Amino acid sequence: MTSSPPATSQGRAGRSRRDSRFGDKVFFNFSRGAGILLLVIMAAIAGFLAYRSALALGKNEGNFLTTFEWTPDGVKPVFGIAVLAFGTLVSALIAMLIAVPVAVGIALFISHYAPRRIAQPFAYLVDLLAAVPSIVYGLWGVLFLVPHMDGLTSWLNEYLGWTYIFDQTKNGAPARNLFTVGILLAIMVLPIITAVTREVFRQVPRMHEEAALALGATRWEMIRTAVLPFGRPGIISASMLGLGRALGETIAVAIVLSSNSQLSLHLLDPGGGTFAQNIALKFNESQPFGRDALMASGLVLFVITLLVNGAARMIIARRKEYSGANA
Amino acid sequence: MSAATTTAPAPLLRRDLTTARLPRWAPAGVAVLAIALGCAIGAGAGLASHIQWGLIAALLFLTISYGLAAKVEGRRQAKDRFATSVVWVAFILAVVPLGALTFYTVQQGIGAINGDFLTHSMKGVVASTTADGGIYHAIIGTLEQVLLATLIAAPIGLLTAVYLVEYGRGRLAKAVTFFVDVMTGVPSIVAGLFIFSIWTMFKQGYSGFSGSLALAILMIPVVVRSAEEMLKLVPNELREASYALGVPKWKTIVRIVIPTAIGGITTGVMLAVARITGETAPVLMLVFGSDVINNNPFSDPQQSLPLYIWQQYTVVNNEYGYDRAWGAALVLIAFVMGLNLVARGIARWRSPKAGH
Amino acid sequence: MAKRIDVSGLSAFYGTTKAIEDISMTVEPRSVTAFIGPSGCGKSTFLRTLNRMHEVIPGARVEGKVMLDDENLYGSNVDPVAVRRSVGMVFQRPNPFPTMSIYDNVVAGLKLAGVKKKSVLDGVVEKSLKGANLWNEVKDRLNKPGAGLSGGQQQRLCIARAIAVEPQVLLMDEPCSALDPISTLAIEDLIGELKTQYTIVIVTHNMQQAARVSDRTAFFNLAGVGQPGKLIELDDTQRIFSNPSVQATEDYISGRFG
Repeated sequence: MTSSPPATSQGRAGRSRRDSRFGDKVFFNFSRGAGILLLVIMAAIAGFLAYRSALALGKNEGNFLTTFEWTPDGVKPVFGIAVLAFGTLVSALIAMLIAVPVAVGIALFISHYAPRRIAQPFAYLVDLLAAVPSIVYGLWGVLFLVPHMDGLTSWLNEYLGWTYIFDQTKNGAPARNLFTVGILLAIMVLPIITAVTREVFRQVPRMHEEAALALGATRWEMIRTAVLPFGRPGIISASMLGLGRALGETIAVAIVLSSNSQLSLHLLDPGGGTFAQNIALKFNESQPFGRDALMASGLVLFVITLLVNGAARMIIARRKEYSGANA
Repeated sequence: MSAATTTAPAPLLRRDLTTARLPRWAPAGVAVLAIALGCAIGAGAGLASHIQWGLIAALLFLTISYGLAAKVEGRRQAKDRFATSVVWVAFILAVVPLGALTFYTVQQGIGAINGDFLTHSMKGVVASTTADGGIYHAIIGTLEQVLLATLIAAPIGLLTAVYLVEYGRGRLAKAVTFFVDVMTGVPSIVAGLFIFSIWTMFKQGYSGFSGSLALAILMIPVVVRSAEEMLKLVPNELREASYALGVPKWKTIVRIVIPTAIGGITTGVMLAVARITGETAPVLMLVFGSDVINNNPFSDPQQSLPLYIWQQYTVVNNEYGYDRAWGAALVLIAFVMGLNLVARGIARWRSPKAGH
Repeated sequence: MAKRIDVSGLSAFYGTTKAIEDISMTVEPRSVTAFIGPSGCGKSTFLRTLNRMHEVIPGARVEGKVMLDDENLYGSNVDPVAVRRSVGMVFQRPNPFPTMSIYDNVVAGLKLAGVKKKSVLDGVVEKSLKGANLWNEVKDRLNKPGAGLSGGQQQRLCIARAIAVEPQVLLMDEPCSALDPISTLAIEDLIGELKTQYTIVIVTHNMQQAARVSDRTAFFNLAGVGQPGKLIELDDTQRIFSNPSVQATEDYISGRFG
């Protein structure tokens, strides 16, 4: 079915045959056009953002990479992504540190531990939660999670304050900090990481699990010998998908974080910012030049997520050599 | 083991079948004990946050189950039990915030929702001093924007999927496949920036339609992915049967392949719709928001549900605003979840049988 | 090391469906016992109850007694994990761990049990692979993945993996059904050698194979679709194939041959 319809000699071709060949050509070009359009969109995103960024970067009086402030519309336009890059990476890192192990645990729970009566509905529930809009997570984060974080933050401050990063210098401020953002992001990306990981765990051939059990492996040993090695690429790519989401999350962060232009390693102090959050907060009130500057930060974010997602897909693709009917 | 019985070295492994085992109710018992202790310590030390109570209980549960098993059953069993405990704790860790989120949204939002709320806009309402006003204009806006986005994204996505499955060979198809995957990860704010930069080039103002374009960019890859999976499930025999009758390829695709997979494709589109309905960031910069009803998505700012929530929280920023935000959030969640449930229902009802 | 298996009154269930009913038999040590019977008669299920693999399927359970010499495998304090170490198993499809080398596959069971000394492991690898008639073919590529071997070699690798933990009984669930005739022959020869040290139980759908390799043969059958499988008769292989005492056995055997 890969070949095009048999070419008929011109002489014998009746009207309907010519029509069908014409129809085939039109249809093929339409569908190929749609595919090409996708590539064009991706290229255009990069192109437009790069063009607008270039306009802004040319007039930037600060260093784009190391400047803390974001005042592109000032008398002297100065803007840099140091704070944003730091905040984006740190909050995403915290999210990953929490979400990946928990998601692997939940995936194992669904695929190997839970009684069947619980596993199915619970898997379903997790999928549904992946659809909860981020604005709702944001609202819940600031009105519910932040007040509930107080105890935990003062605890971390008390017992782990010596690590510097958990040292709270502004006591009593609401926990609208990068640490809370990280936890919220962890909760947000949990469903997607769980869903992908769970699918991979489900594909572990039963015979490999039984091989381990028949050798006298406990359930955990069976998982370690048969399930986890088989699922490792899946876990990695699922994590990177989650990471991509965490890096690009906008509105939840914009609501929860009380931002400022300070780069502080004290994760429990309010402040910091992320690429996406900064754009959402500043965009509507910026002058055209300020918007170009925001485009530059958007371009950086775009490239980062592109790399992360691309890497994730390459890892998946390496083992996805099965496909349905059309192989 | 050793050949015949000439030499009989000590066996490498222990041979006894019976081991001391904890009773079946042990994990449950330990869990109850840990929770009780967690609460006792939490209350005793006057810890304000229940997160702390929970963490203490979880840690106690893990330590006690490991210690107990190690003492009674040996190290291997203890590790096994520890792993089981960790997995259960992970499960609880996930259930608690996700359950809290759902419960809290319903609890906060249900009070705000009534007939007036659903049928009125914010026109003439002083948002910070009264509980009046509603989300009618936001519902209209969301529906129009999402509908337009779907009208753009669904055909493009479906055609791309058809290209990949039915024609896709060579470098172009590979590139498209890869970039579809990468496109799934484009942050919504970036899509917004992109459309905005085009929009300003043509000197256009805020409108619902520009928001739809950004949403379409987010939607296309999701549609392609799911439609692709569904088209692949259509057995080749069907296509070949059609070719054998002399039906041209394009007609085979339009008349046979797509109708066979239409249930799954519909599901995919609906899931994609559910995903973009909650998008806030691009709508914020492109649609801008409005307090009045604007039925025309092609000119002037509109409202949308996520944007409404955002504004009620950030702009109004008091109890009245919060109440309205929760009300809108509940409506939004109900819409998205409903769409999800229906979509999955269709998927189950009309899933093409894989293979033969 | 080989032990006698004594089964009495054993029934196995999947959820509420009874798969096999009230089976009693004795499996002699240092011999090969073959299970034959039509598909769905429960011979594989019964085999899996002998090392408590049956119960890894959700909802599956067992009633009755399986004595390994003088210990009941289903006794109250018995650890199924320990049972499986004593009663090894080889499956229908060769299933070496795909992520492990040949060497790691063989020692997988020992490593799980906490044996770590390199010298011990090296010895076991050589002995087990020799025991499985595979040593000469793979000794130069022990660190290559096990999945790279041919089907027959993979199955012998699985046998080596099973005997590396020095079990007392070896269960084989249609071990040759996925293999070509030459590999089948190699496995059959191997079974003949292994029976000097192990109690071997083999499920097969191939009656010539049962006749070739086994000392005793058990015939299973079921009364009808949806009925539980039952043991019809167990006797010396020669008797079963020449002069069975039950008519059903003769029908089955002659039907297959005819």
